[in-house]
Amino acid sequence: MHRIDCPWCGVRDEAEFGYRGDATVRRPAADGDADAFYAFVYDRTNPKGWHVEWWQHVAGCRQWLKVVRHTVTHEIRTVAKAGDDVRAPSP
Amino acid sequence: MSQPHRLAVGGRIDRSRSLPFRFDNRAFAGHPGDTLASALLANGVRLVGRSFKYHRPRGIFTAGPEEPSALVELRTGARQEPNTRVTTAELFDGLEAMSQHRWPSLAFDVSAVTSLVSRFLGAGFYYKTFMWPPSFWEKVYEPLIRRAAGLGRVAAAPDPDAYEAMHAHCDVLVVGTGAAGLAAARAAGSAGARVILAEQDFELGGGLLSEPAHESWRQSMIAALTAMPEVRLLPRTTVFGFYEHDVLGAVERVADHLPTPSDHGVRQRVWTIRARQTVLATGATERPIAFPDNDRPGVMLTSAAMTYARRFGVRAGERAVVFANNDTAYDAAFALHDAGVIVAAIIDVRKATPRADGAYARNIAVRLGSEVIGVRGGRQVSAVAIRARNGGAERVIDADLLCVSGGWNPAVHLQSHTRAKLAWDKKIAAFVPGSPAQAERSAGAALGIFGIARSAASGTRAGIEAAAAVGFRQASAFDLPAPGGDDDPRVEAFWQVKAQGKAFVDLQNDVTADDIRLAHREGYVHVEHAKRYTTHGMATDQGKTSGMLGVAVLADARGESIEKVGVPTYRPYVTPVTWGAFAGRDVGHHLQPIRRTPLHHWHVRNHGIFLETGLWMRPLYYSATRETGWEPILREARAVRQAVGICDVSTLGKIDVQGRDVGIFLDRLYTNTFSTLAVGKARYGLMLREDGIVFDDGTTSRIAEHRHLMTTTTAKAAEVLAHMEFYHQTVWPELDVRFCAVTDQWAQMSVAGPKTRLALQGCVEGLDLSNEAFPFMGVGDGTVAGCPVRIYRVSFSGEMAYEVATPAGYGERVWEAILEAGKPHGILPYGLEALGLLRIEKGHVAGPELNGQTTARDLGFDKMIKKKGDFIGRVSADRPRLLDPDRPRLVGIRAVDPSFERRLRGGAHMVEKAASTNSLGWVTSITRSVELERWLGLAMIRRGPERIGQRLFAAYPLKNEVVEVEVTSPHHVDPENLRVRA
Ligand SMILES: [Zn+2]
Repeated sequence: MHRIDCPWCGVRDEAEFGYRGDATVRRPAADGDADAFYAFVYDRTNPKGWHVEWWQHVAGCRQWLKVVRHTVTHEIRTVAKAGDDVRAPSP
Repeated sequence: MSQPHRLAVGGRIDRSRSLPFRFDNRAFAGHPGDTLASALLANGVRLVGRSFKYHRPRGIFTAGPEEPSALVELRTGARQEPNTRVTTAELFDGLEAMSQHRWPSLAFDVSAVTSLVSRFLGAGFYYKTFMWPPSFWEKVYEPLIRRAAGLGRVAAAPDPDAYEAMHAHCDVLVVGTGAAGLAAARAAGSAGARVILAEQDFELGGGLLSEPAHESWRQSMIAALTAMPEVRLLPRTTVFGFYEHDVLGAVERVADHLPTPSDHGVRQRVWTIRARQTVLATGATERPIAFPDNDRPGVMLTSAAMTYARRFGVRAGERAVVFANNDTAYDAAFALHDAGVIVAAIIDVRKATPRADGAYARNIAVRLGSEVIGVRGGRQVSAVAIRARNGGAERVIDADLLCVSGGWNPAVHLQSHTRAKLAWDKKIAAFVPGSPAQAERSAGAALGIFGIARSAASGTRAGIEAAAAVGFRQASAFDLPAPGGDDDPRVEAFWQVKAQGKAFVDLQNDVTADDIRLAHREGYVHVEHAKRYTTHGMATDQGKTSGMLGVAVLADARGESIEKVGVPTYRPYVTPVTWGAFAGRDVGHHLQPIRRTPLHHWHVRNHGIFLETGLWMRPLYYSATRETGWEPILREARAVRQAVGICDVSTLGKIDVQGRDVGIFLDRLYTNTFSTLAVGKARYGLMLREDGIVFDDGTTSRIAEHRHLMTTTTAKAAEVLAHMEFYHQTVWPELDVRFCAVTDQWAQMSVAGPKTRLALQGCVEGLDLSNEAFPFMGVGDGTVAGCPVRIYRVSFSGEMAYEVATPAGYGERVWEAILEAGKPHGILPYGLEALGLLRIEKGHVAGPELNGQTTARDLGFDKMIKKKGDFIGRVSADRPRLLDPDRPRLVGIRAVDPSFERRLRGGAHMVEKAASTNSLGWVTSITRSVELERWLGLAMIRRGPERIGQRLFAAYPLKNEVVEVEVTSPHHVDPENLRVRA
């Protein structure tokens, strides 16, 4: 079971969180074209390694968090607030 | 009830008390401290089961959780549990067990004839023998395999026992209580760390339990640990999995050693342990050697025979032969000798050993450089055939017990769960823990360090290091067991005697060495492939005794080293865990709580017939006589169409949205515009997902300048809130908006029907309900029976309707006041069924239409899509395939025949001709209509709106039904929408 260190609440069990997926894709601006929205909705890199992803602390503060997690080892490197600029470490 | 094989003295059993038990309906007795295995052996029961595939006779092979063969159905009735290892089942008064895999009886087994056709049951037999024809699988092959193989029978009745979940945190978790585990726990505990010490056995001590010489040290260690307030001892607790982030799972068998759990007590509990550091002192498992007929009852691991003698005071046989490739077997042989077993010979594959002299001193013959090539005896060993390895003549030695030792495998399962890579240790020809992937270290035999004194030293080191790693650096010294006498654990790698006959690698799955070679010949050369093809290492024992042996045979076939071939990945669970333990208390309505509306108790008192919808309990309809069928539903719906009805709609999701940018936020959330909505007005809104598909709908009202009250469908309430939070927090954080779910804060009731206004005017104060002052889609505040209410003039039924909301606690008072005021006008409460009937007649979409595949255009909401400004799903909704005019679109359908005799069904296919299989779409919702007196419904039909006026057929082939229908507008009732504005 993952243990996630919520910046608002502290270390909590995975069971308190909801998962959404890739946090590196950004919603295009309002004037974005169809290709940009297609990429936002469907294109994912599915990395074997570090991944920046959205988790929501559903049973806690209800904040969406950026979690840097390794998809092979499940190691969590960083748990950041939604607005933080977070990047995946190089593999 | 004598126990002919029980020693007069010695062991850890209480001879002063006798525990009666039954095995295969025969009465026996054992003692407290026995396992079922030791009690059976004490009574001379050697044959305890039949094997899985060939139905060969099988006995007790081990003395621990690694047991592959001796599995029984334990207990009876609702508590019957299959595949229970007799070697770990603690004996209790009145225990009942039945052998498995035998028919008609254990001694005479018809299926043993399968041995005669066994050449058909080799590796991959599932895939080969039963290939063709495919239609035979369900009716012929599978029942045949299941009856012949037998996998134990589970109880048919619900489990009567309770289970529970425990959560724990500790600084250091120590798994295992042998010398290494006890020392690790004491070292860490003395430094001040919070320690949990888990032991799968019912007694603490591991291998020490068979070492009377170290008993006083064991006792002093347990006494010291018990005295430490921050050390928690958990006997009967198996740590079954090592999960990511240093979370481990364990199951504590609280009451399995009792006839039944104590009153209100639990049978088992599952521990979720978050450990800062873990010490794995899980010991090692002795492994067998493959030789012909090595599965015969009476063949046993050497250490197991020693355990039965020393710990349980039982002679597993009267005359033993020991077959070994290492020195540890000699100690066991001497222990048997001391217990009065005649050790006829030690057959050692090696050319020399310093231990041979000890054997000669006891008058035990040692045959160096020799091997066992078979056993005699049908249902149990009667003699052992041996020969010199360099090709000497066969010799036969009388014996009823054949002890085998092929060396030791450190129990690395838990470390493997963490994905740590195992390392190969040539000295002991076994895999040992590699560098850790999590905060753990191994100690003692689990690390490949054997012997009591050396293990204790290793455990001490591990305990000190683990505690220090989390800040506890002041460990105190304590006495260690006296050194000396420890065996040299080196082995001469030796896996299989190559002689004629079935040489088993895996006793649980009946996999022979030849099966592994066959798998290799057929191309299954990877260890994971060979495992699956032969089923080697699977099932309840997960290959604890067989795993390395199979790998060694495969490596030999491949002509490569074992190190290169590797072992199949170990995954949780180390030993089987019953489902009930995982469910814990989360069974029935403890898994999903019931949500009740504020009006629930009124519905109960007034004959509501309930249905669980999601978590909610909702009244389907009301009936004092508990009628079934359509009559009560039609009665309630008619009241709404002809007079007035009242319905509890409190389950609708409600979200209070506030802030200066609420208008902008809602404009982006919905396809239509909310920023222009006037205060005191409601508007129907439609939400899309970002992929352009409809997500949810509902009416949202502007309560104040910067405050809206949103409603969602009952089903999507939680999802909509998370969706709003995601977009607000991650996409548009600059918007000044806050929201909060307020569903539970309100009781809400829809009052609908042509006489609604008359009814409400009799009870609502402080709000003018006239059409002029309070038109359709108006929102206003007033009071009913002195309670504050907010009234929304919205309609789901298509009739004139007002939704009355009041703080939850006032719900019943307001509801009853409205009923009272409506009495002269014929008011009736109506339930979920009439609500559905009315909305289908009106053509409002709900769950069956908002099915995650339909677009706004599909549902006829084209006009609700605003032309300007951004909103979620705007761009994706215009993807070409979503604009395809051929897509199924929403229409109404009506049965041509008004007789109600040929009913419509949801899910029916829409076809042009009665016999056609070319589906044009499907029926989403159906009902009997009170307005049009026939079956009608809604459907998604390709180019549906263009087909209005056509006749089609609703075909339901599962029931052989075809109903002719007319395609219509979805709005069966009042398409001009005049009634809602009346
Ligand atoms: Zn939080």
